[in-house]
Amino acid sequence: MASVAELLEGKRICICAGSGGVGKTTTSAAIAAGMATRGKKVAVLTIDPAKRLADSLGLSELGNTERQVDPSLFEEAWGDPGEGELWAMMLDSKATFDEVVREHAPDDATRDRILSNRIYQQLSAALAGSQEYMAMEKLYEIHAEGRYDLLVLDTPPTRNALDFLDAPKRLTQFIEGRALQVFMKPTGFGMRVFGRGTSLMFSVLRKITGVDLLEDLAEFFQAFSGMVGGFRERARRVNELLSDSQTSFLVVCGPQDEPISEAVYFHGKLAEAEMPFGGVIVNKVHYEAKLASDTDVDAGELREELAEALDDGELATRVADNFDDFRRLSARDRDNVERLATELSTEAVIQVPYLDRDVHDLAGLIEINRYLFASGSEERTALAASS
Amino acid sequence: MPAGRGRALATITRVKRSGKGARLLDKRLVIVTGKGGVGKSTVSLAIALAAARQGKRTILCEVSNQEQLSRAFHRAEVGFHEVELTENLWGISLDPDEAMREYVLLQLKVKAMRDLLFRSRIFTYLAAATPGLKELVTIGKIWELALDDRKVKSGRRYDLVIVDAPATGHGVGFLQTPRTFANLARVGPIRDHAEALDALIRDPKRTGVAVVALPEEMPVNETSMLEERLESEIHIGVDRIFCNGLYPERFSDSESASVAALVDLENGDEDRSVLVRAAARAAVSQVRRARDQRQQLARLEELCKAPVTTLPFLFSPEVGAEQIRSLSEELAL
Repeated sequence: MASVAELLEGKRICICAGSGGVGKTTTSAAIAAGMATRGKKVAVLTIDPAKRLADSLGLSELGNTERQVDPSLFEEAWGDPGEGELWAMMLDSKATFDEVVREHAPDDATRDRILSNRIYQQLSAALAGSQEYMAMEKLYEIHAEGRYDLLVLDTPPTRNALDFLDAPKRLTQFIEGRALQVFMKPTGFGMRVFGRGTSLMFSVLRKITGVDLLEDLAEFFQAFSGMVGGFRERARRVNELLSDSQTSFLVVCGPQDEPISEAVYFHGKLAEAEMPFGGVIVNKVHYEAKLASDTDVDAGELREELAEALDDGELATRVADNFDDFRRLSARDRDNVERLATELSTEAVIQVPYLDRDVHDLAGLIEINRYLFASGSEERTALAASS
Repeated sequence: MPAGRGRALATITRVKRSGKGARLLDKRLVIVTGKGGVGKSTVSLAIALAAARQGKRTILCEVSNQEQLSRAFHRAEVGFHEVELTENLWGISLDPDEAMREYVLLQLKVKAMRDLLFRSRIFTYLAAATPGLKELVTIGKIWELALDDRKVKSGRRYDLVIVDAPATGHGVGFLQTPRTFANLARVGPIRDHAEALDALIRDPKRTGVAVVALPEEMPVNETSMLEERLESEIHIGVDRIFCNGLYPERFSDSESASVAALVDLENGDEDRSVLVRAAARAAVSQVRRARDQRQQLARLEELCKAPVTTLPFLFSPEVGAEQIRSLSEELAL
């Protein structure tokens, strides 16, 4: 019903969330560009965009800072944006982690210990939720600088679309965790915390891990323990930002059963976490037979009419069969989208049709935006029907 | 063909064309990977069904993807058990916590030691907090399933282990875990274990890698990048690429031109032109997508070294057991 522009009215942060392969990156870029044409200064933070999409946004040089999409290119493609500007950035998770360590380390020695720790160097990417956390961290940092009217975040392609919500909490739990406390005392492996039996425990543990891995781990956990305070505070503020009324979560999904169910589940999780849900965008909806699926189709009659119009009975049969296939997909998509709207009890469901061409460039983004920013579902249907 | 004869033939093939180029199903372990949303789980299951049909005792491992196997086979839950799904096919859902527990059980033969560890909170915290450990023990379980002489009591011997690996978000991290741990732990049991896992993953005679892609710009780019990174970072080659969801070519150029002419039709009575137009419009979409997809398929074949097998787009609204079975016949394995 609503348009993205309405959903994002008065918002400073838009977070596009959803599972992998549903077109999140493309949608994020399209939203950012669309808002920029409406006179906003917008930055889109993305992870791993398609090469051509990156090129078209002027992101051929990838770095951990925002870059402005060339205003003349932008104007050429999209028209005069007025005050609007489009900036884009690709997140480098490891570099962000390094920045966070530099900022939160209580002293230079701790900082160097962490940055030079072998476990940190090789495995920080595998740290539970670290990539998601770094996306949040960067979002927070850029927001705090206050240079943009709107930030659009394309969340990481995690296996579980919800991981990033818990990321700040999980990282704090890790930092605060008992595992760290165990290693707080360089000698005796936290005997005071865990009492008798602990050193025996460690000798058993060593049997499994080997001596130096255990020592490296100890070193790693010890180094991080100095950052507990800074991390906890930062995670709290990131969480505040996410649940702020100026933030809006847009759930992105596809029209098949599974993505729809995931979107429903995800919406529930957002509600549970008291995060501000804005709406849902369903990509690649089979729209083409929308008009006809409302009409009873007399297959025989249609075939005859097609045969007459094409002057080829055999071709007419194939066109009609193909139409049947598409109508079935269209009916499935319609049922699924209805189920979604009912379960979410929201009218903010924006459908983008499965376009004839794969979207990966500026022209494709403009095409998508006609739907994202259409005033309502009727206009969208009319657009799809006339395409 | 009886299973015994099939195996004998397979052995001969393996000797003749060792390593890369050997049939995918003649490996001991097949890792199926790819970007999210490309149908990786469906293709993994189709490969497993094809293998089972050829008489190979096969197990399909899900790595933390929410019990899709149990859904496909209408079972309550597969879980961390080797469950028989159909003739010659077993399934297991690899829960990292269970894998960790099993690893400790196998490492520590003395019961008192194990009890001490499992009771200890320190162990629980450490196991949860150590980065990469979950991935390591998960790969460890895959390795164990592929052993001739299984470590677990009365473990079944499988001819083939198929892994529905995590979606490649940021590259190749999952498969790299053993190498990383082998480097980190300079000596000791973890190092030996990690070395063994790494050796298995990198042995082209035993292990095959299949990547699932879609005939679209982004998935094609990512598949080519994944192939490059697997080679440069882990030194493994991709054996097969399955390009999923390919539209059929239903209309010739001249046919699509005459159908396209109907889209602009604006005469006659309204009901008729609306329906005819919609049918023609669907045909035009079909033609455009089929054509674009073939360009992307050509790019995929050009950019990647591994042979590409295409799988058809399924027009059925649901993908169930029947569809997966018919897909498994298209795999050309």
